[in-house]
Amino acid sequence: MGRYVIRRLLQMIPVFFGATLLIFLMVNVMGDPIAGLCGQIQCDPATTAQLRAQYGLDQPLWQQYATYMGNVFQGDFGTAFNGQPVTELMAAAFPVTIRLTLVAICFEIVIGISLGVLTGLWRGRPIDTGVLLLTLVVISVPTFVTGLLLQLLLGVEWGIIKPAVSPGAPLDELIVPGLVLASVSLAYVTRLTRTSIAENARSDYVRTARAKGLPRHRVVTRHLLRNSLIPVVTFIGADVGALMGGAIVTERIFNIHGVGYQLYQGIVRQNTQTVVGFVTVLVLVFLLINLLVDLLYAVLDPRIRYA
Amino acid sequence: MRRATHVLKAAGGALAAVLAATALTGCGGGVSRGGSGPDGIVSSSWGDPQNPLEPANTNEVQGGKVLDMLFRGLKRYDPRTGAAQDMLAERIDTTDSITFHITVKDGWSFSNGEKVTARSFVDAWNYGAYLKNAQKNAYFFGYIDGYDQVHPAEGDPTATTLSGLTVTGDRTFTVRLSQKFSTWPDTLGYAAFAPLPRAFYDDHAAWLAKPVGNGPYAVDSYVRGSQMSLRRWDGYPGPDKPLNGGVDLRVYIDNNTAYTDLVAGNLDLVDDVPASQLRNVKKDLGDRYINTPAGIIQTLAFPYYDKRWNTPNGYKLRTGLSMAINRPSITSRIFRNTRTPAKDWTSPVLGTEGGFDDTLCGDSCVYDPARARQLVKEGGGIPGGTMKISYNADTGSHKEWVDAVCNSINNALGNDRACVGNPMGTFADFRNQVTQSKMSGPFRAGWQMDYPLIQNFLQPLYYTGASSNDGKWSNSTFDGLVDRANAESDTATAVRTFQQAERVVRDQMAAIPLWYQNGSAGYAPRISNVSLNPFSVPVYNEIKVA
Repeated sequence: MGRYVIRRLLQMIPVFFGATLLIFLMVNVMGDPIAGLCGQIQCDPATTAQLRAQYGLDQPLWQQYATYMGNVFQGDFGTAFNGQPVTELMAAAFPVTIRLTLVAICFEIVIGISLGVLTGLWRGRPIDTGVLLLTLVVISVPTFVTGLLLQLLLGVEWGIIKPAVSPGAPLDELIVPGLVLASVSLAYVTRLTRTSIAENARSDYVRTARAKGLPRHRVVTRHLLRNSLIPVVTFIGADVGALMGGAIVTERIFNIHGVGYQLYQGIVRQNTQTVVGFVTVLVLVFLLINLLVDLLYAVLDPRIRYA
Repeated sequence: MRRATHVLKAAGGALAAVLAATALTGCGGGVSRGGSGPDGIVSSSWGDPQNPLEPANTNEVQGGKVLDMLFRGLKRYDPRTGAAQDMLAERIDTTDSITFHITVKDGWSFSNGEKVTARSFVDAWNYGAYLKNAQKNAYFFGYIDGYDQVHPAEGDPTATTLSGLTVTGDRTFTVRLSQKFSTWPDTLGYAAFAPLPRAFYDDHAAWLAKPVGNGPYAVDSYVRGSQMSLRRWDGYPGPDKPLNGGVDLRVYIDNNTAYTDLVAGNLDLVDDVPASQLRNVKKDLGDRYINTPAGIIQTLAFPYYDKRWNTPNGYKLRTGLSMAINRPSITSRIFRNTRTPAKDWTSPVLGTEGGFDDTLCGDSCVYDPARARQLVKEGGGIPGGTMKISYNADTGSHKEWVDAVCNSINNALGNDRACVGNPMGTFADFRNQVTQSKMSGPFRAGWQMDYPLIQNFLQPLYYTGASSNDGKWSNSTFDGLVDRANAESDTATAVRTFQQAERVVRDQMAAIPLWYQNGSAGYAPRISNVSLNPFSVPVYNEIKVA
């Protein structure tokens, strides 16, 4: 078990280097970021050269990458074009996005799994058909439509929420954006749980458990759910990373200054330092959560063991 | 298995800790809507400034907006007429249009108590011009003698200060220019010429975190990327004292959200109504919607470095294309009249006295398909049969109007393949290809004036080798007229000479003028007396809170 974790952690190193190098190359392919810095006027050559030296853009690419990685290991992610250290941007953006993601994940777990269990146990009943139809609608409507609609109805028409989240992004203001962010995944979680439950409900061990005379809730939570959750856990695990990196639409609609916003800003301004820094951290998050998901399997199904 | 459970419990604990920590840090950010009457606080939409907020380093509207509240320079442009008026300047004298003697008014100080002296200006200008400081507006000091030494086109600077600047007393200094420039004092209203306190140099990082100026407002708090709170500075001696208690500038990622927030009553002022909302704006805001001309013109520029576009008869082709564009139809349908069809190469905000002339372009800017077809043919036709109009697709609604312009050209010429749009991913990418002279056809160009002078609409854009002459157009007659105009000591004559130069631009159709851009804003019922200045920035200090 311990060895397994260490092996997995060691595997992350090449992935980490490969990913950062790829991002680095991709951002650099986009062209010279200094061109956009001077707005409608062309920077004079001397200033351009000065700026390029200041951001280290005058060196060959491999050297830029080496310097960058060297700095990263000292905790320095470079400077954004507005003069702010990227670490400062991260310190501002990540807590906000983590909060938003956690709200979304909570919705997925609580609503998604409950609905999944409900429909899985009552297959074919009206409630099953109803929820299935609902998930179909949620999946097929794009997030920005759901987001704008909720913003308009709850924020402008009924005045229940503020249409834009305030700069500090407190938890209570993130409930609606979190629901919007979770919506599509939530529908998938419901469907996954439903299928899994429906399948396992007919299996031998559930029948045995029932035959033993165990109370129904115990059969469901201890025996049925535990086994049925493996695909769901995999999905939610992978989703954490996707939500953090992909919150840009939701963040934009509700004016949340999180990771998606900083990444968008970085890409539009071709700010290598910002983009590479944020993506690097996101890659790490992905890797760690994947590891966590793999470890969770063993908890859910003792037959899965890691040596 | 047991071990695994422990690991998971630990992970769960860590997760909970993170949640708690992030929840705690989130509590400080509540937005309060302060007071009413003369101490009321106005909340306004803002965009994240691209560059650090230094006067000589800020070249876009969002940063400029703040500098306009934080700083007052020697001159200030009248919020209504755009005319340059003395602010800190007591007098600016010259006898030869080369050496200017400047006296700074007494009784002004920065909001940290430091007095504004001649040195506050001279040091700031030297800082802005010095190459090693890499200030993006350095070229504004290019007319001052000695600029070549502190900011050489290549290599290291040989001097740290401009030789043309001399402090002659506590409140007096002299500026020597490297060429005659009679209207030079009128450029001094631009933010790059603002004075700076000693704190700027002593602790630069601290100053950037919380800028200190000499304007009507002082920074109360600044969270970069999300909000800046400005409060009225009661020690401000100027004539334009704020009629409100302060302004909260809130960064919006998307101006649609800002507009929604305004309609929902959470925001007082939006200074950029998104194009998609223009349909609803009358219904939502009634007469609380402002749509006034600004000093912005949009044009189509041509790559003169490409031989196919630089033929002797090319002016006929370009004039033909200009006549193939139905400006009134596009401005009313796509822009819902937030643009005005262009009739010259300047802007209506200059006024006729300042050089605006709505008859200058004449027939060349009027839709006339038959004449357009004929001229394009005489001009040798579109090179290659198809031209691509390049634009950046990341901001603004450029795609809509470029497609409309192409449609108009295709219809007029009776050729479906005459013109297509050529989107580019980002502004940086677009600028990159423009500055590297890689355009193969016309491309979008826009010009927002730095100061309301006809000179600013012509020289940076069409003078040989000028900073924004992206198409590399070059015409010796034009250059000669601009030189002559700059040397005129009489403003009226200078303006007339500039108009002569503008006629050269017209006859050669150096760039196709499309339309003048308006500033558009919307505001909440609780504030009044809202207006936009010629730079399409709200006149914050005049806003009253009910």
